Amino acid sequence: MSEKLLQIEQKSPQGDWRDSSVEFRKGVMCYSALPKNLKYLGLPNPREWQPFDADWKLPPNWKQIILDGMKERLDKYRSFRLFMDICVRCGACADKCHFYIGSGDPKNMPVLRAELMRSIYRRYFTLTGRIFGALAGGRELTEGIIKEWFYYFYQCTECRRCSVYCPYGIDTAEITMIGRELLNLLGCNINWVLEPAANCFRTGNHLGIQPHGFKDSLDFAAEELSEITGLPFEVPINRKGAEILFIMPSADYFGTPHYYTLLGYLMLFKEIGLDYTVSAFASEGGNFGLFSSHELMKRLNAKVYDEARRLGVKWIIGGECGHMWRVLHQYMDTMNGPADFLEVPVSPITGTRFEHAKSTKMLHIAEFTADLIHHGKLKLDPSRNDRWKVTYHDSCNPARGMGLLEEPRYIIEKTCNHFYEMPENTIREQTFCCGSGSGLGTDENLEMRMRGGFPRANAVKYVKEKHGVNLLACMCAIDKATLPTLLEYWVPDVEVAGVHELLGNALVMRGEKRTTDLRGEPLPAEAVIPAGDDGGAEVAHA
Amino acid sequence: MNALYALLAVAALIGAGLLAGSSTLTGSLLAVSVPYAACAILLAGICARIWRWAATPVPFRIPTTCGQQKSLDWIKPATFDNPSTGMGAAARMALEVLLFRSLFRNTRSKVAEGKVSFGESKYLWLGALGFHWALLMILLRHLRLLVEPVPGFVLALQRVDGFFQVGLPVVYASDVIVLAALAYLLLRRIREPLVRYISFFTDYLALFLLLGIAISGVLMRHAARVDVAAVKQFALGLATFHPATGLALSPLFMVHLLLASALAAYFPFSKLMHMGGVFLSPTRNLANNNRSQRHINPWNYPVKTHTYQEWEDEFREKIIAAGLPIEVEDVRKTTAD
Repeated sequence: MSEKLLQIEQKSPQGDWRDSSVEFRKGVMCYSALPKNLKYLGLPNPREWQPFDADWKLPPNWKQIILDGMKERLDKYRSFRLFMDICVRCGACADKCHFYIGSGDPKNMPVLRAELMRSIYRRYFTLTGRIFGALAGGRELTEGIIKEWFYYFYQCTECRRCSVYCPYGIDTAEITMIGRELLNLLGCNINWVLEPAANCFRTGNHLGIQPHGFKDSLDFAAEELSEITGLPFEVPINRKGAEILFIMPSADYFGTPHYYTLLGYLMLFKEIGLDYTVSAFASEGGNFGLFSSHELMKRLNAKVYDEARRLGVKWIIGGECGHMWRVLHQYMDTMNGPADFLEVPVSPITGTRFEHAKSTKMLHIAEFTADLIHHGKLKLDPSRNDRWKVTYHDSCNPARGMGLLEEPRYIIEKTCNHFYEMPENTIREQTFCCGSGSGLGTDENLEMRMRGGFPRANAVKYVKEKHGVNLLACMCAIDKATLPTLLEYWVPDVEVAGVHELLGNALVMRGEKRTTDLRGEPLPAEAVIPAGDDGGAEVAHA
Repeated sequence: MNALYALLAVAALIGAGLLAGSSTLTGSLLAVSVPYAACAILLAGICARIWRWAATPVPFRIPTTCGQQKSLDWIKPATFDNPSTGMGAAARMALEVLLFRSLFRNTRSKVAEGKVSFGESKYLWLGALGFHWALLMILLRHLRLLVEPVPGFVLALQRVDGFFQVGLPVVYASDVIVLAALAYLLLRRIREPLVRYISFFTDYLALFLLLGIAISGVLMRHAARVDVAAVKQFALGLATFHPATGLALSPLFMVHLLLASALAAYFPFSKLMHMGGVFLSPTRNLANNNRSQRHINPWNYPVKTHTYQEWEDEFREKIIAAGLPIEVEDVRKTTAD
């Protein structure tokens, strides 16, 4: 991109939106999926092609495939049929989309993104559309429309912000998900989604890390923690008979700043003496199947319960991740349950029975940790995070597909002395997407990512200027991977961290000898525990 | 252009109504056959559409959560915006249908000088809410023409509606509100560039039809007054399936009747079905209790997965070299079994 910052402006739309032509250029699109990934997953029409090619090498009967695919899904998903039917085009959603705000492209208004699909629905599946055509809001299905769908359904991060404001709860994420499913029937998919999905299917995680690499990463983290705390660390892997299976997004053990979050989890588990294991097979909680099709989501998610059964654990804890929790919360039990071989989660430390997870048997780590803190089971020294002025970014999926809002805030408030909220229109259920979710966080899509992330970055800038905020905390692996780039571009000098990194910093472990935080920066003088002082909380079961 | 076509369509209907009203014979025929046909299409159409939606499964429980979940005892959940029970979901739906809760959240974003800001924007909510409640009031008031004796609650509504005692005959508040709200919704659609850009012929058609009905109704009461007794005789005749013919119905009344019939017949094929659809919206009418109660997908089917054993078979040597536990130490043993 050029050195000058992108100009973000709102302008009145011109022309007729029914013209389907789009310009594919580098910066605002993602590359096609490599044939080997489609082949590995058994998906249709693997071939060499790119979105900017004139010929997309669609199957000869592509039109029938799309119309049959639409019919099948209209009969299977009430959401899809209803959302095709009841929009009144009131426009309340129009300026709620981060991609619309950042790009000014009217087809990024949620209402029009859905109309791209609705116009085809009307033309081929409704009486008025079949008779009156364009007058009733119908459009002919052409190859141009397939290209337009590809462009705009891969310019939606399925964040659901628009559905908060819609008077009928129309959720563009549903429409985008179906749109991508249909495109997948023609083999029109992006590599940034399908390569991780293929990796995940084979190795158990998106990054394609094999069992020995997995072990190396965790051994490395354990060694580093031993150096930081002066305590012995070991991470149990594939250990049968553990009480709890812990599943995290793979970026936690391979990416930065995710890695510091991993250190935080491991410190917590050691400090409370948790009887747990991680799995080199279920080495990914994230699920890029969600960004491709319901079927692929189910295929990738199956290993969570399968591995819990094989290892004989009682219940499961999941790490910090956004879309992973959309799948675990809203889809897993329905798709791959019932988990009747597991037990209702009960905290071995506090005895809290987590009734709200009694069917899925899977708990979010923030829920688990907040419960520990609330019961006074952790000794925390928030001054160890004093170099940070913190704000918190709600990830779309936990916010709008779950409602996990207070738990992370509670942890931050107990582990940090300086916490400032961003403006209310940009947090909690109104939170703005990072702009790179749902598999769009690839570098060839950088301009659109910076545009889509603009409203989020702008809110960070506001608290940076007002309160001197220098850390954006979040609980999503995609956020941690993409927000640093976004902030570097729009709001330099604000770092990104996971909530459990802050917890790890503040956690006073028994017998620890610490002089630095998890990033190796020296702790504030008053927060250093002198050698020999046996700090730490009274842990009930220890 | 879309707006113009819609206006012309409604004008044609008005012309037809005026023409029909000027001749007693065709007027009587139209006045009987058209309302019956329209009502039949309306009822059958609505039932068919709702049945279609209701018969389509909800494979996943996907509420849009707009507040804190119910998790730990000491964290206060958002009972209505993120309901955890069926009752909570019902309350959320009631807020949605009666008060337009989601539309009340509306904001307006503004981008200027590299900053995005958000302002309050409640006019759409006010216009929509005013229109819908006033329309309901007007429809209920019409019962006085269709039922004899007039039910007490209708008379009571009429008194409330005419509370301000302005003019003679009394001006109903609902009439004023419905006209003002429709005018606002139409102007907004025409004047706001984004809304104009997304508006179809059908969006304007619905607005012009409603405006035509409302204006002709108000004119009949306050300007070109109609013989209310004759209208009531006619309406009662329709309602009791003994249609009266040969009544002197004014052209204006015929316009009102024809436009209302057109709207009724169009209703089931249009976006106006949102009235029924909102109740079935899976992002609003389901409780967010996903992890405590399993939701069943009626068409859930088995898929090809990658099993642990397949994974172990591919990586066995690496797993052993890394010192991780393994299910099958020696692959020859399993193949021999």
